Amino acid sequence: MTRTTKKTFLAALVLVLAVSSAAAQKENPASSNPRKSVYAELLKAPGKAVARRNPLENDPDAVAAGDKLFAMHCAECHGDMAQGGRKAPSLLAGEVQQATPGALFWLLTNGVVRRGMPVWSKLPEPQRWQIVSYIKSLSAAPVPVSRPQK
Amino acid sequence: MTALAPLADAQESPYIVTYDHYLEEPGSLEVEYFSTFGTQRDGNDFHAFWTEFEYGATAYWTTELYFDGQTTFNDSTIFTGFRWENRFRLLQREHFVNPVLYIEYEQTSGADKILKEVEGHDVEADYAIPNGLARKEHDHELESKLLLSRTFRGWNIAENTIATKNLTGGNPWEFGYAIGASRPLALKALPKRCNFCRENFIAGIEMYGGLGDRYRFGLHDTSQYLAPVVAWNLPSDWTLRLSPGFGLNDDSHRFLLRWGVSREFSGFGEALGAKLGRFFGGRRP
Repeated sequence: MTRTTKKTFLAALVLVLAVSSAAAQKENPASSNPRKSVYAELLKAPGKAVARRNPLENDPDAVAAGDKLFAMHCAECHGDMAQGGRKAPSLLAGEVQQATPGALFWLLTNGVVRRGMPVWSKLPEPQRWQIVSYIKSLSAAPVPVSRPQK
Repeated sequence: MTALAPLADAQESPYIVTYDHYLEEPGSLEVEYFSTFGTQRDGNDFHAFWTEFEYGATAYWTTELYFDGQTTFNDSTIFTGFRWENRFRLLQREHFVNPVLYIEYEQTSGADKILKEVEGHDVEADYAIPNGLARKEHDHELESKLLLSRTFRGWNIAENTIATKNLTGGNPWEFGYAIGASRPLALKALPKRCNFCRENFIAGIEMYGGLGDRYRFGLHDTSQYLAPVVAWNLPSDWTLRLSPGFGLNDDSHRFLLRWGVSREFSGFGEALGAKLGRFFGGRRP
C-alpha cells in the first residue's frame, strides 16, 4: 500500500466510525424519543396484519420457545426481562401488552429500521409467533426475578 | 473482544457467495474467517482465505472490512489485499422483494484467489499463474451489486447482480451474478437450548458465475459454479458454514471446498465507545 492510499484508507475508516456512531446515536430511541413516538409504530400496522391471530396461541411450548428466542435475539436491546434499555423500549408497557398479537408480529417482521430495530423476517414465521406468545405472556405472568445467564 | 461486548446467538444465512437482504444488527460486530480450497488444472491447487469484520453501523447500513490471502501448493503463501464493503437497505419495511445496494472498493493483487465473487471473463486458467508473477498485478476495483431477496414460508430466495469496474487501466465494466435458495431444517424452535436441534441448521444451494463484460456480455468464456451450502448456528454463539462447489463448464475450477466460522459480538459499538470515552477521559456513560 502506498502512503497516500494508507492515509486515504485511514481517513475513510475514521469517517465511517464517526458517521456510524453519530447515526447510531440518532436512532437510539431511548435517548432521543419521547415514549409515545417509540410505541407509535405499532399503530402503523395495517388492519389486516392487526387482525391476524397467533396460530400458536394454544401451543403449550410456544411461550417457553419464545422465551428462548427472546433471550437469543431480543434481550440484548430490550433487556433480559423485556424491561427496556438504552437501545430499545420496554415491552412490558401497556402500548405493547394491549397490542394485538398480529400487530406485534407485524412490527417484529418489519422492524423499525430508521430507529435501529432490524427486520426479523429472517426468523421463520413460527419462531416470530413464538416470540409474540412470550411477549404477550409477560402481562399475565409475574415478571421472573432473574434469567439464567447463557 | 468478549470483554467488550456480550455474545449473541446468531441466525446466519448459509450462503458464502450470495447475499440476502439481512444486515448486521446495529452495533454488532461479526468476525468471520473463510477458507476456500480449489483444484487447479495446469497448475497447483490452492487454499485461499479471508478474515472479515462486519459491523452494523445502523439498521440500514452494514460496513465490512476483508483481508485476503492464499497459499498455492508448491509455491508460496501471500497476502493478497483488502476489501471495504458497504451495504445499504433501500426500503424501510419488508416487501415482496427487498433491495439492498452494495458498494465495495477492493485493492487486491492478481494473485487473489478467494473467489468471493466471480465476474466478467474470470476463468480457471487465470489462477494458474505463479504467485511471483501474479502478485505484480495490482487491481483497484469498484464493485457494485444490487441484492434482491425475499423470505417466504421459511425459504429465502436471493439474487445478486454484480457490476465491477477495475479502476486501473482501461478495463471495461464486468458483470456477474449469484443466486441462492435456503431454508432452516425446522421452522419452529424447541423450548430448550440445544446444539443439534434441526432449527439450528439452514441448508440451501447457490449458483454463481460471470456474465462477461460491456463488450462481450454473456456466458461465453466465463466460469460457473453450483454449490450446496449448509450453516450450523450454535447456541454457543458460533456459526459454521460448509459448501462444496462444483464447476459447471470447462472454464471453471472443477471443485471448490469452502468453509467458514464466525462469531457475533452484540453491542460491540456501544461497548467500544464507552471504553474509548473512558480512555480519553471523557464523560462516563
